[in-house]
Amino acid sequence: MTVEFPALALILLFPALGVVFNLFFGAKWGRTSVNIVGPGVMFLAFGVATWAFVRLLAMPAGSALAMPLWGWIEGGPFHADLALRVDALSGVMVMIVTGVGALIHLYSVGYMAHDEDFARFFTYMNLFALSMLILILADNLLMMFVGWEGVGLCSYLLIAFWYTNPQFAYNGRKAFVVNRIGDAGFLLGMFTIVGTLGAHGVWTLNFVELRNNAALLGGAGATAACFLLFIGATGKSAQIPLYVWLPDAMVGPTPVSALIHAATMVTAGVYMIARLGFMFSMTPSTLDLVATIGALTALFAASIAIVQPDIKKVLAYSTISQLGYMFLGVGSGAYASGIFHVMTHAFFKGLLFLCAGSVMHALGGEQDMNKMGGLRKKVPITFATMFIATLAIAAIFPFSGYFSKDLILDSAYESGHFWLWLIGVVTAGLTTFYMFRLIFMTFFGESRVDPDKEHHIHESPAVMAIPLIVLAILATVGGWVNLPDGWLWGDAFVRFLAPAVGNFKPAIEANSFDLSLIALAASIIGGVLAWVLYIQLPGIPFLLAWRLKPAYDLLLNKYYIDDLYNLIVTRPLFWISDNVLNRAIDSYAIDGTAEGAGLAVQTSGQVARRAETGNVQHYAFVYLLGALGIVAYYLFLVTGR
Amino acid sequence: MIPLTYMMSLSAIIFAIGVAGVIIRRNILVMFMSIELMLNAVNLAFIAIGSRLGSMDGQVIVFFVMTVAAAESAVGLGIIISTFRNRETVHADELTLMRW
Repeated sequence: MTVEFPALALILLFPALGVVFNLFFGAKWGRTSVNIVGPGVMFLAFGVATWAFVRLLAMPAGSALAMPLWGWIEGGPFHADLALRVDALSGVMVMIVTGVGALIHLYSVGYMAHDEDFARFFTYMNLFALSMLILILADNLLMMFVGWEGVGLCSYLLIAFWYTNPQFAYNGRKAFVVNRIGDAGFLLGMFTIVGTLGAHGVWTLNFVELRNNAALLGGAGATAACFLLFIGATGKSAQIPLYVWLPDAMVGPTPVSALIHAATMVTAGVYMIARLGFMFSMTPSTLDLVATIGALTALFAASIAIVQPDIKKVLAYSTISQLGYMFLGVGSGAYASGIFHVMTHAFFKGLLFLCAGSVMHALGGEQDMNKMGGLRKKVPITFATMFIATLAIAAIFPFSGYFSKDLILDSAYESGHFWLWLIGVVTAGLTTFYMFRLIFMTFFGESRVDPDKEHHIHESPAVMAIPLIVLAILATVGGWVNLPDGWLWGDAFVRFLAPAVGNFKPAIEANSFDLSLIALAASIIGGVLAWVLYIQLPGIPFLLAWRLKPAYDLLLNKYYIDDLYNLIVTRPLFWISDNVLNRAIDSYAIDGTAEGAGLAVQTSGQVARRAETGNVQHYAFVYLLGALGIVAYYLFLVTGR
Repeated sequence: MIPLTYMMSLSAIIFAIGVAGVIIRRNILVMFMSIELMLNAVNLAFIAIGSRLGSMDGQVIVFFVMTVAAAESAVGLGIIISTFRNRETVHADELTLMRW
């Protein structure tokens, strides 16, 4: 059942108004107006989203709210409309984006309190929210792509927000270019769908119509389309091999890292795959690829995270790792598990980033954990909330991460991916290890803070603390919407999503209680190990780093993947750009043609002007020759014939 | 009656002298006179052919040419005198202000 619900347009309208206000009046009307409008529009959007979501909950399973806005592209038989649609899947996502988004906007008021460019910041943030909501609310793939590109643009703008630093600007460009590679895959995937379905006379990218006609794609068509779309997802969601931009994206303001590079934008790939789950389910090979890439990314990024000294870099690799989990979940065919982890991850990872921002705020922008320590007493709210978030991401019962990660690992095992499940369990141990390492290095032990920063360490203001507390509550209870089967309300979340993303069909039966004990044990071992290494025997990590120097360097340098990409892609590209395109084609061919044309005119002018002697007799002589020529022509050629 | 050929030949000879004068002589006053010579050579040709064809047209055109030549002489001589006053020369080789 689909009900028209015009208020959906308001969810987009409010952030759009925020953009317009902040862009044109923000700087003029001052900080207070921006501080009200920037987060205000997000809370309004959240209110409307809640209204829509409650309405959706009251409707029978499988219902959707829709709001067709207007026709957009008409090309022969093909058409795409601007239309909004909220079903269970997009309903959950829109709640996450507006809810967490509103909290992070509120936090930004405090975080950006000393930045002169607050109006530009909130313009970008609202624009990001608008794009993300377009991505989620779109009822067809093409409109989703508009949002997809929009969030990429805002990501670029916000990474390079402090653009006067060339390195920051470079990182912004890097994110943009790497994302563009993925976007090319997305586009080609859409072309494949349109082309293949068009051959059967079905010209559409509308999700509902695609679902009804998916069978026409055939095995090969679905595989090609899903593979290409998955390339798009690896770009946007920072998976192997296109994850390299996300760690570098951490140079943006911390609320940006929390909102865009942890809670919302990077989960767009997961959302897209879940949205097109009916298509991915048709092609087991692509689904296996998704799961494998996800698991490998999870392990790979977690292993890098255990040695990074920069607090935000640890969280960035942690994000990549958690996104890997989500892909493992959707790749196992359990789309709801991936979306469940998207939700809990939005709570705890958003919170972790905000806490990291709060720590940095307290320490005057310090990001190196070697220069922290002992902050537990000085920033108690930040410590308490970050500790909760850490328990959540470490999948400790009963925090939210436990339920979502458990569901993913369970699905991976039951879909027959034993090895991927094992990787997931090992990664769970690594996750706890690096997160507790972060906590211990930051909040415990002796202070290693620079003495001149020591005295002005302060807890963040209320406007920053309140979002932390709200998110901490969500990170604690957020997972309870989906308890293991048979407990209280059971897997309510999965059942709610099932009409939108399909049911998970296990290939093999397993005792999920045992599985979850194994994962929990792995997590606890990781935590205990971190406690031993960083609290009990703080000398050991240095000893290990020294004894295992090659391995340590390998991890510290991120497996040299960035250097590898530089070597095989970036530098050849620069070389070609500089030597072939710049020097050969631009300097020689294009400039040569343009300047050569000018030079030819000039030179011929130099020669020709010698004829202008100024002596009237010379002209008369030439005139005579001309007259004689004409006479000769008539005498010999015309009349003589 | 004088044959047409004679008169046309005379006309051609006078015209050629005029052309040669314009091209060769450096004094612009002489060049100017040479142009008048060429005009009158043409006049002669008009008269001759008009008489031969029994038409008045040739004589009419001659009067036009003479009128124009008179006006042109007045202007041309004015220019030459003015040039001489400014440059103190009537030598065509030295009057090359408009060169490159």
